[in-house]
Amino acid sequence: MTLTVRIEHRFRGFRLAMEFAIERPGLTALFGPSGSGKSTCINLISGLLKPESGYIEINGKAVFDSASGLNLPARQRRIGYVFQDARLFPHLSVKRNLDFGARRSPEPPSPAERGHVVEMLGIGHLLERRPAGLSGGERQRVALGRALLMKPSLLLLDEPLAALDQARKSEILPHLERLRDAARIPIVLVSHALDDVARLADDIVVVNEGRCVAAGPVEEILSRLDLLALTGQSEPMSVITAEVLHHDVEGGLSELGFNGGRLWVARVEAEPGAQVRLRIAARDVMLALEPPAAISAINLIRGRVAGIASGPGPFCDIRLVCGGAILLARITRRSAERLGLAEGREVIAVIKAVSVNRRARAAPVLPSLPGLTR
Amino acid sequence: MWSAFTPAEIEALMLSLQVAVVAVGAALPPAVAVAFLLARGRFPGRALVDSLVHLPLVLPPVVMGYLLLISFGTRAPLGAWLLENFGIRFAFSWAGAALAAAIITFPFQVRSIRLSIEAIDPGLSQAAETLGAGPLDRFVNITLPLALPGILAGAITAFAASLGEFGAIITFVSNIPGETRTLPLAIYTAIQTPGGETAAARLAALSIALAVTGLVLAEVAAQRVRRLSGR
Repeated sequence: MTLTVRIEHRFRGFRLAMEFAIERPGLTALFGPSGSGKSTCINLISGLLKPESGYIEINGKAVFDSASGLNLPARQRRIGYVFQDARLFPHLSVKRNLDFGARRSPEPPSPAERGHVVEMLGIGHLLERRPAGLSGGERQRVALGRALLMKPSLLLLDEPLAALDQARKSEILPHLERLRDAARIPIVLVSHALDDVARLADDIVVVNEGRCVAAGPVEEILSRLDLLALTGQSEPMSVITAEVLHHDVEGGLSELGFNGGRLWVARVEAEPGAQVRLRIAARDVMLALEPPAAISAINLIRGRVAGIASGPGPFCDIRLVCGGAILLARITRRSAERLGLAEGREVIAVIKAVSVNRRARAAPVLPSLPGLTR
Repeated sequence: MWSAFTPAEIEALMLSLQVAVVAVGAALPPAVAVAFLLARGRFPGRALVDSLVHLPLVLPPVVMGYLLLISFGTRAPLGAWLLENFGIRFAFSWAGAALAAAIITFPFQVRSIRLSIEAIDPGLSQAAETLGAGPLDRFVNITLPLALPGILAGAITAFAASLGEFGAIITFVSNIPGETRTLPLAIYTAIQTPGGETAAARLAALSIALAVTGLVLAEVAAQRVRRLSGR
């Protein structure tokens, strides 16, 4: 379940030199501004483009190696590729589109596996239709199913949400989340939309001007203050993966546990035990030296100052380490001075339940998806 | 209604249909291949192939007939070789008429097929490639079905043009009743014959009816194919 990429390529006066590795199943976002070389990179991985030099390995098997002259054709790489424009075959029904890769796979899916994929993507009612009669979101789901049914060892998604309006997007996002949680293969998502990346990705590779400038878990990379400009965040935020502990039905709240403490947030639509992804804007985090008494905010998280960066105008951004998690707080420089904040200082982060932006990370509805296991 | 026509006229009609069907059928596979090369291929000499394909459009048909005669006549090297080794004789036979019609109408087929191939999103072929389809597989299962409307349109145009071909046929294979006298040649002969005006009118009416029927059938077929190819 690994992908190793080390490639160099020149095109139209642009130089791409990418090096990264994915060592666990899950969703890795290739994230960066338009024209930074993300799509070219996955075209090179897929074999649709040939790198000038380098090395690409999928699950321990080299598919491209300029040193030995190896260049496996795209059709033999078993990489599921979902294009931005879906690229369904217009002359074939949805059913025959889905079967296109499955029929050519050396390891065709069983009827049960096929059923799982169709059910997970909610496309069972579309099977007899033609692509021309589908909505954008439906097309993307069929394209996703078509790629999955070839039983790929790697899934590449090239901005599958970019061409969709918000309604269509929210129609397909849950499917992508379910896929991420159920698939046992690495998924590479190309995206320039921070919201989608924060919601979907486990890991991020930040790409800029043809180079990989940072890589790591999404919680860590998105809270790195030095990457704000590159990740296109107008303001910093913390990303935290937490587990639902229990619900306070009467109060309409849920208590979540993460590796830095516990948080009360507005009711999360997920069963206890499920993982959720939280986003907390730095401007919504207050800092205190002592636990404040009689305050409306219900979340007090202990942490230690790990870094201070000057923000825009009168503000500065404080990076807190809270157990194993990272929290960002944007406060005025005056407050920072008044509190005497410096690296190593113990503080308490005060967070209102209302300012936690929760994104339910859907529980694995189909806990084992044999069709996606390799 | 067939009693209105003489056996010789019916013969000319059947011969015309035979020549046109064989001409279109024989030229179709190479036309698809050449159209695909011109639409998708990047190779040196592409412009040359392109102009060569269009040559029959710009050359006078009589010149085409003359060129065929000096290439495929029984005493011409190529014609003699074909006759000796394969027993194929084009000179003064209906097969020669079909050959002339095929070459004259080849550009119509290539043009139409090429346009329809160029209109296909190359990304579809890429998608098929990532799904495990090799080059021939992609050609047969993606390109060809999507180009079907163009192939059909080209074949129909070529068929109609074959029915009407006169100059190249009369120059190459002459005007032999029952062998090379197709409808246009029969009309020409009737006009040349004193008292043949009514025969000419009948044959002309037959030609018009044939053309109109062809148009209607073409439209029906095109609609059906468009629906099948999901456009």
